[in-house]
Amino acid sequence: MTPDLTRITAFLAGDVQADRLVPPTGFTARLTVFVAAAMAFLTVFALALSLATGRLADRWSDELARASTLRISAPMDQREAQTTAALRVLETTPGVASARALSDEEQRALLEPWFGPDLPVESLPIPQLIEVIEDETGYDAAGLRLRLSAEVPGAVLDDHTRWRRPLVMAADRLRLLGWLSIALIGAATAAMITLAAQAALAANAQVIAVLRLVGARDAYIAQAFVRRFTLRALGGAAAGTVLGMIAVLILPSAQAEAGFLTGLGFQGWHWIWPLVIPPLGAAVAFAATRHAAQRTLRELS
Amino acid sequence: MSYGGGELLSDISLTLSPGSFHFLTGPSGAGKTTFLKLCYGALLPTAGHVRMFGADVRDMSRDDVALARRRIGVVHQDVQFLDHLPVADNVALPLIVSGRDRTDESENLSELLNWVGLSKRAGALPAELSGGERQRAALARAVIMSPEVILADEPTGNIDWEMSQRLLQLLVELNRMGKTIMIATHDMNLIRAAKSQVQARVLRISQRRLHTAGADL
Repeated sequence: MTPDLTRITAFLAGDVQADRLVPPTGFTARLTVFVAAAMAFLTVFALALSLATGRLADRWSDELARASTLRISAPMDQREAQTTAALRVLETTPGVASARALSDEEQRALLEPWFGPDLPVESLPIPQLIEVIEDETGYDAAGLRLRLSAEVPGAVLDDHTRWRRPLVMAADRLRLLGWLSIALIGAATAAMITLAAQAALAANAQVIAVLRLVGARDAYIAQAFVRRFTLRALGGAAAGTVLGMIAVLILPSAQAEAGFLTGLGFQGWHWIWPLVIPPLGAAVAFAATRHAAQRTLRELS
Repeated sequence: MSYGGGELLSDISLTLSPGSFHFLTGPSGAGKTTFLKLCYGALLPTAGHVRMFGADVRDMSRDDVALARRRIGVVHQDVQFLDHLPVADNVALPLIVSGRDRTDESENLSELLNWVGLSKRAGALPAELSGGERQRAALARAVIMSPEVILADEPTGNIDWEMSQRLLQLLVELNRMGKTIMIATHDMNLIRAAKSQVQARVLRISQRRLHTAGADL
């Protein structure tokens, strides 16, 4: 590992004399920096999207696997009795870890966003909700429905599967699209830097011919170009990443209750992820330029 | 080194012995430049063998050719420089690309620039040089690595007689220091001027063959 490290540091430190051999080309230089910055900026967002949808999918599928709701819609005078009966059924159902009737306060809190805080829950014919938590094995929803329909006519079991499963699937798909975008951005960066490098090599045909004539090895000539493009990409990607991270940071933070959009951004140690982008961009530029330079040089005498 | 050619040049067999001084002459388009390019590995022969310092160029990798060129100084008629760097850097270019520390050689460099009469022009860009100055800068660049062989293609092609004499003088001095010299030229006066100072052999390319010219020149 150590010789590699010294090679990398030597590459980054560079050879001042070698750097001067290739004339500075203002326009392609700026284009490369711009491409790297723009691509890094986009990558930050694709990354944020992937990580956020990943979190969403995990949370949803996690809750999906564990919680469901039983709704008792019965006349006020039978509600109490049916709730007790339903709890008894649930307690004897294999796969149910716990079942608990929500208190009036909890029900009021659930309704508050729609009806305001002063709702007289007690006097309204509001269905009683029972929270059902499964254990690892899970219960048989169809069997439970059958038993409930016999003993608690007013009970409706909502195991959330119906509406959560497609959402989890959508979130998973979004995460996949996010990673795919990152891969495409990387490939597009490589393609553009290859084009820029080839333009630079073609524009400097005379320089290359002179260097070959005086005995420069291909690796030496290639390095002069590769180093320049790698450093440009590194600088551009670093700037783009910083801008992207700032943009993500100042996104209006969604409320915890706002469900779908919760935190399109980074949480905790996920902030480390975007820091990988600049070195990755530099690596892409390094590989692309090296390949272009070696291919171009092989064609020369 | 031995050479053999084909198509444009055929049935050529020649070995340049170290320390020799050759002129290569012949009508325009006869293949003088091609012959020189074969000598430093810029072209590969279509048939036959070219050996540089004992190694067949066909078996040499691109890096081997690059390393061999550090032992061969080349001066072209239309010499090319790195146009964005001053003369001193261009002359020192072979040192830079071979990874030698220029600061160690700075004395050599200024001596060399003085020798070719370009001390005052060291900071000028190549585009600012006259034809003669360019040729002398090219010669300085060709010899800074202290090569064993110097190949010059029409080095006096576009400079006046006085400057040609001076350039020839430099090449003769190099030959006295033991360098192998080969000059492609069609300037008979130059050859005559050289013959009075050095034991020069004249090679003539015509009808795709290489002839050793008589001593009558």
